[in-house]
Amino acid sequence: MKTIMTGLLAGAALALTISAAAAQAQRSTLDQVKARGVLNCGSNTGLAGFGVPDAQGNWSGLDVDYCRAIAAAIFDDPSKVKFIPLTAQARFTALQSGEVDVLVRNSTWTMTRDTTLGIAFLATNYYDGQGFMVRKSLGVTSALKLEGAQVCTQQGTTTELNLADFFRKNNLKYTPVTFATADETRSAYEAGRCDAFTTDASGLYSERLKLSRPDDHIVLPEVISKEPLGSAVRANGDSQWANIVKWTHYAMLNAEELGVTRANLAQSLQSNNPEIRRLLGVESKLGEGIGLTNDWAARIIRHVGNYSESFERNVGAGSPLKISRGVNALWSNGGLQYAPPIR
Amino acid sequence: MSMQSAPETGKASLWYDPKIRGYVYQALLIGAVVYIGYTMISNVSQNLARQRIPFGLDFWDSQAGFDINQALFPYSARSSYGDAFWVGLLNTLLVAAFGIFFATILGFLVGIARLSKNWIVAKAAMVYVEVIRNLPLLLQLLFWYKAVLEPLPRPRDSIAIPGGALLNNRGLYVPEPVFSAGAGLIGAAFLLAVFGSIAFYLWAKQQQAATGRIYPIGWLSLGALIGLPAVAYVVTGGPISFNYPAMGGLNVRGGITVYPEFIALLLGLTTYTAGFIAEVVRAGILAVSKGQWEAADSLGLPYSRTLSNVVIPQALRVIIPPLTSNYLNLTKNSSLAVVIGYPDLAQVFLGTVLNQTGRAIEIVGITMAVYLTISLLTSAFMNYYNQRMALVER
Amino acid sequence: MNVSANASAYVQAQSLPQLPAPSNTKGPIHWMRANLFASPANTLLTLVALYLIATTVPALLKFYVFDAVWSGSGRDACLSDKVGREVGACWAFVGDRLQYFIYGSYTQAERWRVNLVFLGFGISIVWLLWDKAPFKSVGFLFFFGILPISAWMLLYGGARAEFWFLIAGFALLAWTIWGDVSATRKGETGVFTRPESLIRYGILAAMLLFGLYVQVGPGELPVVETGLWGGILVTLLIASAGIVFSLPFGIALALGRRSKLPIIKLFSVVFIEFVRGVPLITVLFMANVMLPLFVPQEWSPDRLLRPLIGVALFASAYMAEVVRGGLQAIPKGQYEGAMSLGLGYGKMMRLIVLPQALRIVIPGIVNTFIGLFKDTTLVTIIGIFDFMKTIEASFADPLWATPTTRATGYAFAAIFYFICCWGMSRYSISVEKKLAAGQKR
Repeated sequence: MKTIMTGLLAGAALALTISAAAAQAQRSTLDQVKARGVLNCGSNTGLAGFGVPDAQGNWSGLDVDYCRAIAAAIFDDPSKVKFIPLTAQARFTALQSGEVDVLVRNSTWTMTRDTTLGIAFLATNYYDGQGFMVRKSLGVTSALKLEGAQVCTQQGTTTELNLADFFRKNNLKYTPVTFATADETRSAYEAGRCDAFTTDASGLYSERLKLSRPDDHIVLPEVISKEPLGSAVRANGDSQWANIVKWTHYAMLNAEELGVTRANLAQSLQSNNPEIRRLLGVESKLGEGIGLTNDWAARIIRHVGNYSESFERNVGAGSPLKISRGVNALWSNGGLQYAPPIR
Repeated sequence: MSMQSAPETGKASLWYDPKIRGYVYQALLIGAVVYIGYTMISNVSQNLARQRIPFGLDFWDSQAGFDINQALFPYSARSSYGDAFWVGLLNTLLVAAFGIFFATILGFLVGIARLSKNWIVAKAAMVYVEVIRNLPLLLQLLFWYKAVLEPLPRPRDSIAIPGGALLNNRGLYVPEPVFSAGAGLIGAAFLLAVFGSIAFYLWAKQQQAATGRIYPIGWLSLGALIGLPAVAYVVTGGPISFNYPAMGGLNVRGGITVYPEFIALLLGLTTYTAGFIAEVVRAGILAVSKGQWEAADSLGLPYSRTLSNVVIPQALRVIIPPLTSNYLNLTKNSSLAVVIGYPDLAQVFLGTVLNQTGRAIEIVGITMAVYLTISLLTSAFMNYYNQRMALVER
Repeated sequence: MNVSANASAYVQAQSLPQLPAPSNTKGPIHWMRANLFASPANTLLTLVALYLIATTVPALLKFYVFDAVWSGSGRDACLSDKVGREVGACWAFVGDRLQYFIYGSYTQAERWRVNLVFLGFGISIVWLLWDKAPFKSVGFLFFFGILPISAWMLLYGGARAEFWFLIAGFALLAWTIWGDVSATRKGETGVFTRPESLIRYGILAAMLLFGLYVQVGPGELPVVETGLWGGILVTLLIASAGIVFSLPFGIALALGRRSKLPIIKLFSVVFIEFVRGVPLITVLFMANVMLPLFVPQEWSPDRLLRPLIGVALFASAYMAEVVRGGLQAIPKGQYEGAMSLGLGYGKMMRLIVLPQALRIVIPGIVNTFIGLFKDTTLVTIIGIFDFMKTIEASFADPLWATPTTRATGYAFAAIFYFICCWGMSRYSISVEKKLAAGQKR
């Protein structure tokens, strides 16, 4: 009995300490991250190419690289990131509640989310669009021939809304079959519960790798939506933190544009090109302006590389996904990736 | 709550006065609850304000934008979040109602089988109860959904069930009755049969009490319930036709679709709850004193009549309260629909709507309130029933 | 009813013809006659049951035992066109993934910590549940005090883990010594040297030594983030956290509900009825998405801690009702006896009422715990990798994608849960019988 009473007392004490910490002075996110010594990054629970842990718990992917780049800029150490896997349902509340400092989890930038959820989207690190995957044996070659189809999709996503829009717009009948997680959705599709599986095209390629016979399935040509996937932070007026997150991506893009890579970083630091010198902080004090050191971008390149390197390594030619740059090419190559200049 | 050592008498007596101490404890509790409540609310408002999350039910009438495959009233992506809530709630009630119906039947059968004199039947029932009760419901649902229903054939190779129904891994497709003029008469005949049966039941009971004669109530009622509508059907010239499901396009078209998610949830809830109901029934029957059995035996009543006229009516008094709480559990357990994607209240409202709107507090609160209301209504019914039973017992 | 017996239609009017003497009243033939073929209906039932058994049991055995694949390193071992025979369950899959099912993604090199916790858990369970085990009170201290703290420190690790470890060890040691000192002061002798105290000191000393050893020896234990924990580890963690918190809170709530103080009673009733009226899923969702809003931003609880809190609160309400049943069963004379001895409320409950009440409700507590154990599977819905989820997640691995993987995984999960739950229910039945025997005497 004594022990039980002690337990009660301990519980009461805990409750009191929790509530005692009610009103604490608000610190900037950067200060919090620095004090903690680690960046909390909200990531996917496992999407090959974008954010996925291996058996040893090492994370890799395009989104993961983004977080590592932020950590590199702050700490000069890309390993000082704690990846917090978040389901589609939990991601925005996790960001809102401060559990993560930044959310880079293939989340679509929409007006509703940007304006009503208390979060702000900053930079698009991957331009995506929603597509359909079907079995080859179904004999369907276009999404417009999916009349009467049962379509597997993940609940609570923009995917679910686009799906409804697409079929409504084209006057086609369909039956949605929704599941809570991507794994459940894919598993149901593979088991034959649905005719088609819909999600972002990048996700389709990555999910197809997990099927036992990837070659039996094709991705239909139609892209039915715009899905700019990007980084998001809390919309709490902490513009310094927003700038760090936003400019980390732009630094990687500018580096690609200027031809600065991990391999040639040493030479680039000696370069006479004023743009490169500004980017790498050789002759600019721009880093200090956002609470970092002036070599912040050099750190990013040294530890993570430029955008092209990250892209090819994770989703492009150097990865099993083999996704081409497409709309994600630099603007100068006819794509959409366009970074404001660093000056 | 260890006692203070008592120093002097004056103050100590005040402290030891149980009344005063009671007041102090209660004041402390109120203080703590108010303090914690205040802190929580202020935290919430701070957090919400900082994150600029709006608070309120203004989302209720906004357009939902997503479709739901099973809805009991017309629902489309153009409907509101409020409509989605009602779709979810009705789906919950639908599966709960079917589940309660089947679980009661199966539960009574298994419970009686456990007490059967037939050794093998009793043992089989025991194995059923032990296995079902000792495995998590979630595992059982996954089993039904993934291991039983998913491996069914594709729509092209649907299993044809006699009577025009089709079964495949997209669900069960049953013929849909199409009513034309005159069909109302059949409905009227059915209603007539229902009321007739009830009246007959009451009359027969009275007769039995007065004379001891037993009328075959069950058979006569069944005959009336089937016969009268059948006669009406023939007389009106068969105004009901059926829309038979058939393969068309990618899937089966026509008929009424029963989705595999519904079937799996219903199977899972029914078999699981039946395991518990069986134990309740067994305990109830065992609670009837042995003398009642012996008295019925010595009167020469056959086994089935002993069971139905002597034992079960008495056992029901013991059975009904735990039975009701099992019904309640079934309803609450239907929220596990989330794992297999059946669009019940939890899946549609707590899952999809919460995700689309981000209104965590409002939505979790409403969902809890709905389940709580169902629970409280059931307890109210149970109290009423217990009171009535107590009166009967005198 | 005022009907004479011979007027009733359902009562035999004259006595039935005598039955022939039974052929034999012993032996298997008679047994089968009496128990399997007593009447035509009975015979029919027997035949139907036999048919069902004959169709299912051999098929199950064939699938799970005779045709099963027991070893292999990939899906090829379990594909019938690769092996060249009919393939049943793929136990090789379970063997390959067993580590994952037990530890989740817990850092490989640190798994000894988990094993140590499993060991402590096993010892304390046997200690508490085995009727004849000595020094039950120390066992309670171990299970409800030392084990939870040590387990958390060990599993999580980190810079300040051993510091807190030492603090907790010292605090518990000081507390038990204080208890013994006050007992000595009251006139008891030999308090310090009785075996119970010695064991208690021994355990705490071991805890302190371990803390010191880690401090001066290998240095701090590396942090293993809770996100990596999984499998049976998490299942046991949630279940035991549930029982460790729900029992004390449940007792407090039950006492509150039976209290004469109206406000305390009101709060207890509202809490109990509220929690019992909603499904666990909604409580888990609340813990997952609402809890972070209730506390200041900096205090946002760990993702694994949230369901722990949710499950603990949920189980408390059910435990409270079980304990209340026990309290109601204690005869009034016990209360009056205690009061006439001059015991206050606290002492009366602690020394007289609760020991008796808790003893009666052990079966109820175990049954609640079985329910809790089964309900831990629900945490998969909010993305926690418990045992069930690790199995479900393994099905997504293309390396083991075969037609029978799923059936094997579910069977493995079923065996695990069945052994645990059935074992507990057997235990509760045996306690019930023992209690009933005690009542009769």
